[in-house]
Amino acid sequence: MADVTLLINGLQVTVPQGSTILDAARQLGVFIPTLCHDPELTSVGSCRMCVVDVKGARSLVISCATAAAEGMVVETESPAVMEARKTIIELLLANHPMDCLTCGKNGDCRLQDYAYMYGVKDGGVFQGAVHQYPLEENNPFITRDMNKCILCGKCIRACAEIQGNNVVDFTYRGFNTKVAPAMDTALDESSCVFCGNCVAVCPTGALQEKALRAKARSWEVKKVNTTCPYCGTGCSFDLNVKDGKVVGVTSCDGDVNGRALCIKGRFGFGFIHHQDRLTTPLIKKNGQFVEAGWDEALSLVAEKLGSLRDNSGPDSIGILSSARCTNEENYLLSKFARAVIGTNNIDHCARL
Amino acid sequence: MTNPIGDIAGADFILAIGTNTTESHPIIGLQVKKAVRQGSILVVADPRKTEVAELAKSHLQIKSGSDIALLNGLANVIISEDLYNKEFVAERTEDFEALKSVVARYTPEYTEGITGVPAAAIREVARQYAGAKNATILYTMGITQHICGTHNVFAIANLAMLCGQIGKPHSGVNPLRGQNNVQGACDVGALPNVLTGYQPVASDEARAKFEAAWGCGPIPAKPGLTVGELLEGADKGAIKGMYIMGENPVLSDPDADHAAHSLKKLEFLVVQDIFLTETARLADVVLPATSFAEKDGTFSNTERRVQLIRKAVEPVGNSRPDWRIICDLACALGYTMKYDSPADIMKEIASVTPSYAGISYERLEKGGIQWPCPTADHPGTPVLHAGKFSRGLGKFHPVEHVPPAETPDEQYPLVLSTGRRRAHYHTGTMTMRTGALEVHYSKEYLEINPADAARLNVQDGDMVRVTSRRGSVEVMARLTDIVSEGLVFTSFHFPEVAINKLTNPARDSISKIPEFKVCSVKVEKIA
Repeated sequence: MADVTLLINGLQVTVPQGSTILDAARQLGVFIPTLCHDPELTSVGSCRMCVVDVKGARSLVISCATAAAEGMVVETESPAVMEARKTIIELLLANHPMDCLTCGKNGDCRLQDYAYMYGVKDGGVFQGAVHQYPLEENNPFITRDMNKCILCGKCIRACAEIQGNNVVDFTYRGFNTKVAPAMDTALDESSCVFCGNCVAVCPTGALQEKALRAKARSWEVKKVNTTCPYCGTGCSFDLNVKDGKVVGVTSCDGDVNGRALCIKGRFGFGFIHHQDRLTTPLIKKNGQFVEAGWDEALSLVAEKLGSLRDNSGPDSIGILSSARCTNEENYLLSKFARAVIGTNNIDHCARL
Repeated sequence: MTNPIGDIAGADFILAIGTNTTESHPIIGLQVKKAVRQGSILVVADPRKTEVAELAKSHLQIKSGSDIALLNGLANVIISEDLYNKEFVAERTEDFEALKSVVARYTPEYTEGITGVPAAAIREVARQYAGAKNATILYTMGITQHICGTHNVFAIANLAMLCGQIGKPHSGVNPLRGQNNVQGACDVGALPNVLTGYQPVASDEARAKFEAAWGCGPIPAKPGLTVGELLEGADKGAIKGMYIMGENPVLSDPDADHAAHSLKKLEFLVVQDIFLTETARLADVVLPATSFAEKDGTFSNTERRVQLIRKAVEPVGNSRPDWRIICDLACALGYTMKYDSPADIMKEIASVTPSYAGISYERLEKGGIQWPCPTADHPGTPVLHAGKFSRGLGKFHPVEHVPPAETPDEQYPLVLSTGRRRAHYHTGTMTMRTGALEVHYSKEYLEINPADAARLNVQDGDMVRVTSRRGSVEVMARLTDIVSEGLVFTSFHFPEVAINKLTNPARDSISKIPEFKVCSVKVEKIA
């Protein structure tokens, strides 16, 4: 495909034909704010935050859905652009709860970032009705606060284009427009599968991971990139850690899954710190488990396995390894069976 | 998988057979849905009308345990209508004539008689598969958990080779593996017949190599026992002690009451796990291990991609990572096993495993690598069998239909099949303790067709007793046409519905996999 060359803020950039102005700007490292745009989703150009000045154009154009053209001259921060963006933010804030002090997305919210960036404190001259939707938190995964929704539609497109389920869409009209499942039910009464892929793309506090956002503020967590412990797909995600505890899971850009996760990967982490976790070795004495130290437990196991190996033969011992454990651990247990015990009696749950 | 997960969405034709993809592998399901949205043909062969079957252009609702007949029937049409890839068959395969003569009998009409799938549908799907530019076959335990599981896989491979739908992008034979590291556990030798990288214990050369690398006495040449055989051995007294790491055979194995009974007979049982599982309760010693969040290591996914897991938090209580426990135990038994870190262990794995030879933590920090990766500068291998099969020529293994070990009779008139639910996982050890998943999906039920339910005077929500020759459970009935008449289904996630008390331990003679997908049961309403 042919390339096109254009000027953005006086800098020349060449991109493949078909690229958007936003693509070209990003290639140059020029920042353009976006709310409804997402590189993985189709562009709808509805939020207008990404408007730019294109020399010769009749009005400001949306950079996320306008193709870069040969010889185009673009300004991303002209006075007209800055004014338009401020106005857009004012319009959004005019119908926003403005409860950042207690919002779980505080510090991880694009609307907040842009309000700060463009110095917009509130709705300004736009004073009008404010939505008073009830908070939806009757499912254990997602808190849904439609008062904070800016109608960017990313959740709708994530559900349709990533998850392929089309559970939510715009409902009602005009000021009453609201993202909802069919018949405006709660998520847990809809066909929602709680993958949370909508939460991962929401730019505001409208959709939040219930447990994570109730336990930790965005700047308090350390993110540790790792691989999901459930099925064999091997999705990557970030464990969110606060005070030495895993408090949630958020999407990263995984080799296998991109940002998509399923209900178990995103919301199934609670077992890590569950009260039922075994925390100390146990030895059964007179039919009851008694807590023991590691030295005592390991000596006892070594003594019993050693005596079976020496007296009844290595093949009197069977070892089950685990498809849940790491390669390194499975390797060591295979080595343990063969080199330490002297048996090939090792298997795992591959067949189950 | 012969092909990467990311390949699936680009296939022109997908045959999903014995896989409830969108529930059991939701993220792979996204690839399937994407392919459908882009206009690819999806065909689902499954006795149940699963979610993925609803998305399909054709749902071949086969009778449980008739997969070989269906696959042979497809091959029959492809050969008899001269649709097979002659160039591929001539250049890349052997024993085509053997396949041809076996599948000759499986005309669409004959196949319909065994599978219940209309002959016309078999013809149509065969033509679509053979005619597709790129066609992929996805399968899971619905194919393998039969007494003819290995033969089922042969029949899939036969079909792929017949049409040359392997060794290129968006095609292949793709088992979707069910557990995070089941691929890896097999790769690194946690199997009775092979050492790492599938080097057979029967090979003198392989044993000599590992005896030298590990500085140990002779490794037995005879393969060891599989899970089911170990439990049988325990029952008969030949196996006297077991060391179980991160497994729960009391719930996961077929004929579960018998599994528990066998474990109780052991002189000594040590279980290493993160929870006091049903199996751990039977142990003499329980060793507390850490979860994936508390240790470093690697998992290998279903597309052979080796990926890092990273320690995020300190071990809970006095628990220790499994690798440390194994090392400590080896040392206590007089064998020096010492490593600084999992990275150190991976170095040793790479040194003795040709397919992992080029893999190191340093490289994995930059992203996952798909084996085979023979050298440090090798990029990994997303697509297997390109240009040449690992054994040279691809061998057709003609196979015949075999009925399930147990078929319905007067006393046990229904077929029970088992599987997974989206929100839960295996024996529920983890997913029942998340504070979320078990709240959302808190109670298991039995799927039963309304026609069967009417005969049994069972209404939706009634409690029923499901009984096989081996055991019985009580569960709530849900009337649904997801299951056809004569079939009932539930998951094995819920300890209170320990369905594996009922399942049949009859095993495939080659892979030793139990026939979880078919056993005969009766259902009675509990008064």
